[in-house]
Amino acid sequence: MEVPIRATGLLGFTFFSLLFFVCTSSPLHSLFISNAERRIDATSHIVKVYLTLKVENAGSTPTSEVLLAFPPTQVDHLATVEVLVTKGKRKKTTLVRLDVKPTELPDAPDGAKYFTIFLANPLNSGESTTLEVLYLFTHSLEPFPAEIGQSESQLVHYRDSALILSPYHIKQQTSFIKTPSRKVESFTRVEPTNHAGTEIKYGPYEDRPPYSFSPILIHFENNSPFPVVEELVREVEISHWGNLQVTEQYTLVHGGARHKGVFSRVDFQSRPTLSGASSLRHLLARLPPRVHSVYYRDEIGNISSSHLRTDSRKSELEIEPRYPLFGGWKATFVIGYGLPLQDFLFESSDDRRYLNFTFGCPLLETVVDKLTVKVVLPEGSKDPSAVVPFPVDQHLETKYSYLDVVGRTVVVMEKKNLVPVQNSHFQVYYTFKPIFMLAEPLMLASAFFLFFVACVAYLHIDLSIRK
Amino acid sequence: MAAYRTNVISKEKGNFVVPAFLTPATTKSSLCSACSKSHTTNNGRLLLISLSSHWTIDWPSMAAPETSTAAVPTLYTNNTLRNAFGGVLSFFILLLIGVLAFSIRLFSVIKYESVIHEFDPYFNYRVTQFLTKKGIYDFWNWFDDRTWYPLGRVIGGTVYPGLTLTAGTIWWLLNSLNIPLSVETVCVFTAPIFSAFASLATYLLTKEVKGAGAGLTAAALLAMVPSYISRSVAGSYDNEAVAIFALIFTFYLYIKTLNTGSLFYATLNSIAYFYMVCSWGGYTFIINLIPMHVLLCIVTGRYSSRLYIAYAPLVVLGTLLAALVPVVGFNAVMTSEHFASFLVFIIIHVVAFVYYIKGILSPKMFNVAVTLVVSVGLAVCCAVIAVLIALVASSPTKGWSGRSLSLLDPTYASKYIPIIASVSEHQPPTWPSYFMDINVLAFLVPAGIIACFLPLTDASSFVILYIATSVYFSGVMVRLMLVLAPAACITSGIALSEAFDVLTGSIKFQLPGVSSDAGVDAGETSSDTTEARNDEVKAEKPEETSKDQFSKKSKKKEREHVEKPSAKSKVKTKAEKKRLLALPLEASVVSLLLLIVLGAFYVVHCVWAAAEAYSAPSIVLTSRSHDGLHVFDDFREAYAWLRHNTDVDDKVASWWDYGYQTTAMANRTVIVDNNTWNNTHIATVGTAMSSPEKAAWEIFHSLDVKYVLVVFGGLIGYPSDDINKFLWMVRIGGGVFPHIKEPDYLRDGQYRIDSQATPTMLNCLMYKLSYYRFVETDGKAYDRVRRTEIGKKYFKLTHFEEVFTTHHWMVRIYKLKPPKNRTRGKTKKSKSKTSSTSSSKRSGTERKNPWH
Repeated sequence: MEVPIRATGLLGFTFFSLLFFVCTSSPLHSLFISNAERRIDATSHIVKVYLTLKVENAGSTPTSEVLLAFPPTQVDHLATVEVLVTKGKRKKTTLVRLDVKPTELPDAPDGAKYFTIFLANPLNSGESTTLEVLYLFTHSLEPFPAEIGQSESQLVHYRDSALILSPYHIKQQTSFIKTPSRKVESFTRVEPTNHAGTEIKYGPYEDRPPYSFSPILIHFENNSPFPVVEELVREVEISHWGNLQVTEQYTLVHGGARHKGVFSRVDFQSRPTLSGASSLRHLLARLPPRVHSVYYRDEIGNISSSHLRTDSRKSELEIEPRYPLFGGWKATFVIGYGLPLQDFLFESSDDRRYLNFTFGCPLLETVVDKLTVKVVLPEGSKDPSAVVPFPVDQHLETKYSYLDVVGRTVVVMEKKNLVPVQNSHFQVYYTFKPIFMLAEPLMLASAFFLFFVACVAYLHIDLSIRK
Repeated sequence: MAAYRTNVISKEKGNFVVPAFLTPATTKSSLCSACSKSHTTNNGRLLLISLSSHWTIDWPSMAAPETSTAAVPTLYTNNTLRNAFGGVLSFFILLLIGVLAFSIRLFSVIKYESVIHEFDPYFNYRVTQFLTKKGIYDFWNWFDDRTWYPLGRVIGGTVYPGLTLTAGTIWWLLNSLNIPLSVETVCVFTAPIFSAFASLATYLLTKEVKGAGAGLTAAALLAMVPSYISRSVAGSYDNEAVAIFALIFTFYLYIKTLNTGSLFYATLNSIAYFYMVCSWGGYTFIINLIPMHVLLCIVTGRYSSRLYIAYAPLVVLGTLLAALVPVVGFNAVMTSEHFASFLVFIIIHVVAFVYYIKGILSPKMFNVAVTLVVSVGLAVCCAVIAVLIALVASSPTKGWSGRSLSLLDPTYASKYIPIIASVSEHQPPTWPSYFMDINVLAFLVPAGIIACFLPLTDASSFVILYIATSVYFSGVMVRLMLVLAPAACITSGIALSEAFDVLTGSIKFQLPGVSSDAGVDAGETSSDTTEARNDEVKAEKPEETSKDQFSKKSKKKEREHVEKPSAKSKVKTKAEKKRLLALPLEASVVSLLLLIVLGAFYVVHCVWAAAEAYSAPSIVLTSRSHDGLHVFDDFREAYAWLRHNTDVDDKVASWWDYGYQTTAMANRTVIVDNNTWNNTHIATVGTAMSSPEKAAWEIFHSLDVKYVLVVFGGLIGYPSDDINKFLWMVRIGGGVFPHIKEPDYLRDGQYRIDSQATPTMLNCLMYKLSYYRFVETDGKAYDRVRRTEIGKKYFKLTHFEEVFTTHHWMVRIYKLKPPKNRTRGKTKKSKSKTSSTSSSKRSGTERKNPWH
């Protein structure tokens, strides 16, 4: 099992070391990393990587940019990168988030992709700083075997490098990979390698040149379900009568090993731990507090298996799909709820209004492949503009709802590959005159008035030809 | 003739143009000079009627001018006010009845959810979705390949489009007003809306027959009659939902035309009939009942030009319009169901011609003409009848469709067509179901019929005929209880309102101070109800046309008719009459209270029936136990699974009951569905289900089936599952494929699945698919529906594999194992996969006797 993996690893290694020779020194190479520690958490299907880098400036000029490098295969699955830096002395340390932006470098070896970290204070020569980097990969655990039966457990492959890919020289580095259970079928050995309990330790490795790469492949059991929302459309409708109506349409799929052969209900019910261990039985959605009129249904009607727990700080909606989802099985459903408007709509200083709402998917531990957020502004609102903390595709639409004449402006935002960490807030600014609130009631009233007038007129006109 | 007809039309013009109940009293004074005469002569009889009409809220068109005969100005204004007040009151009562009819049907939405119910509504829903998505032209041309695989079904030409077009129009209208309701919501609420309309139509019909009081009572009764509720709760999106409205409204327009003789209403009547034809196959009831009534009128000497106007345009226009509906098409002139109308059409023309001839000839000449016409007419009739008989005899079913034949001969279906007999709504009803469905109306109907005879008018004779025929038809088929319900409501409404009138009238007579003589007299003279008016219309007509000599006879008859009660009443003085007609005070108070109690009982029963008995959507089941409400949502679980986790083009085989739901909810192709148009196809599925596994696999494989769905209630005790329906599969299958024999599945004539069951039964596919691994649930395999342990507990499936079973085991889905490559040499039995391969290649086993 391990032999072919090692062979490919070696190939990759030589390839990347070759790249290293191609790369010659540039201003950034005045930096080096004195110590790097990487903890990879592969317990759920979202792989979380915590990277602690101690960066030192060995050059003469101060620099304020630090580069992170990713191999192209990982960049496709990369959902988010966050960098924190500790500030202050020992007692009162605070974490400060730094800006990270994807960067293109002309001399990137073999399509490696970069992210630039912008330091708050330039790093003077001889100084060092510690960066806490968190990045998340989705769809990085590849089920192997790709198809399993009902009673088998789900095994996955995880591919990475034993050495941290970096454009800088790393003096000392260690990597830990945490697996959900002790059951690890195989893993690539890059000495020194140690496997203890649920953790595999690679390293410490000393003095590795830039772009060192040593592919590893870990084959382990991961029986957690892989809930993937292939498409999510969130529609937030603002009504200035005091309600915020949210409708979320999900296309859910179990992204784990595909289910093969029979599904036996008797096994599933009598031996829940052994049978269908990786099946997706329920999901938890975290909704804002004071949520009301929650519904959970699909295209053929209400789904009765859901529970709502509310308290003053949050609401939790536990939903079960109509049937347990095995690998590759799909389900679609809609969650809708109403929220009090005053919790989310505010007036800005320049007399505009803005909606402040969470961007991501309220389901916990769920990857969203494609998210569309639609904010339906009330009829008559003008100059919409959205402020989102990360880059999204935006455009405007018009929607006609109850008795609309000119239609409502809809701000549409689209984003791909989203993880729950990114459930940050976004704002939509617009101007709205309260008089428009009365348009529809007045319209209805006048319609009824005209109707009655017509009735009265009709009854008082004698249309008969003969008297 | 022509002059005569135009005369009628022009006279009636005032009648249809002037709207409803708020008409100023002066518009029709010209008509009333004629009436007033009959009033005075009819005085004795009017008293009788006036007792029943202190409630003067009928359309005041006639009532107001009549007060002029009283010649007291104060009374005149008093009555106009009363009429106006009554009109407004009745309008609001009607509005409330409409609200009641709508809201009593919402129990299903409140207790369950806004969802389409049962089986057929799912098909209608799917058709409506198609209509709203693709438009009307695609809808007419829709060939549905999702059903009856591999045959398909032409939907546009085989559905009654009324319901879907109605809901589609409502949806389109709402959406063009920017009210974005989903198609499903519109479909769910179509039935309650139309039952409110049906109440309105009942009001109009009964008002034409017996006055507004009876109309309101009948409308209130219809608004909550359980029989109708059972077919029109929110979500029950079926043809009957709009058809009952169309039925009553057509009858109303017929009676209206009959009462007024207006061509306008006659045209409207044809259009209403067209809508009815669009909506439901039950339109044949109309096209047979109305001719029957016309014939009855002719036979009893009630022929009038109004009758002609009510009938002739209906047949001509109605048949033309009916032929426009694709599903009816040339059936409107070809099948025996419609022959009665044409026959009566001929008869009414003959009669009209006779009257015309009689009018223009002297009596002597007329006698000569009669002999001539009778001889010629007889000859023509003989010829026509001969042609008809020849036509009818030439067709195999004698021109009658199976369902219609089973109406005439209740035993027909069970004898010849198991597929019709297998449907529970085609069974004859039991006595309790009458009580359940029309409740106290069953007791009020006879009283209503008696009230219709006092006096007998054209309209009330129609009601009598309607109730008589519908009672017969409801006795044939439980489903037609729905046709009985409006008739029962109308007659009961008449009975109740007459009884109330009599009782309150007698109380009013005897209570001092409440009614002075003047008031009573005013009531007598002013408050004449519609039936009185009907008579007057009738009476006045011959007078108007008295120039025509032919009217003499009818006039005489009219007079006789009118004079009978008055002659009787002449014996006594006016005061005596009053005392005689008034019941004792105590008796009337007590019976009034009893009637109210009866009404209250009816209301309680209706609300109970609406809330508990008829609101379950049948795709979601609930049960109340000590630990709260338990929901069984297995059907949708299975359909959702099929929808999302099978290939779009996979074919699913199940018994036909679940065909509509599978296509609508799971969006998968089915082999057979609830539109049971192809008996052989259903028999093939029935045969497969009753065959042993291998033969069944071959049948299903030949049909390209990928999944087999069975409904199994044994775990939770759901009684209408496939095992209980299984004997019908055997019967229907055996009807086409004789190697399936019903006795093979019965032990000593008993259907059982325990250890005493026959081996054929225990080896058939349905048994195996239902009970596969059932023993592992409780160790004993105890079936909670049949209340027994099953006969064969441990067995393996060789040609099918379980792919899905719902949470409560109610739906089980199996996949056909793919055919394996032929392997050389003998294979072991234990390796079931390979054994199936080698043996599955043998063909023609399905024709042989089951097991091997």
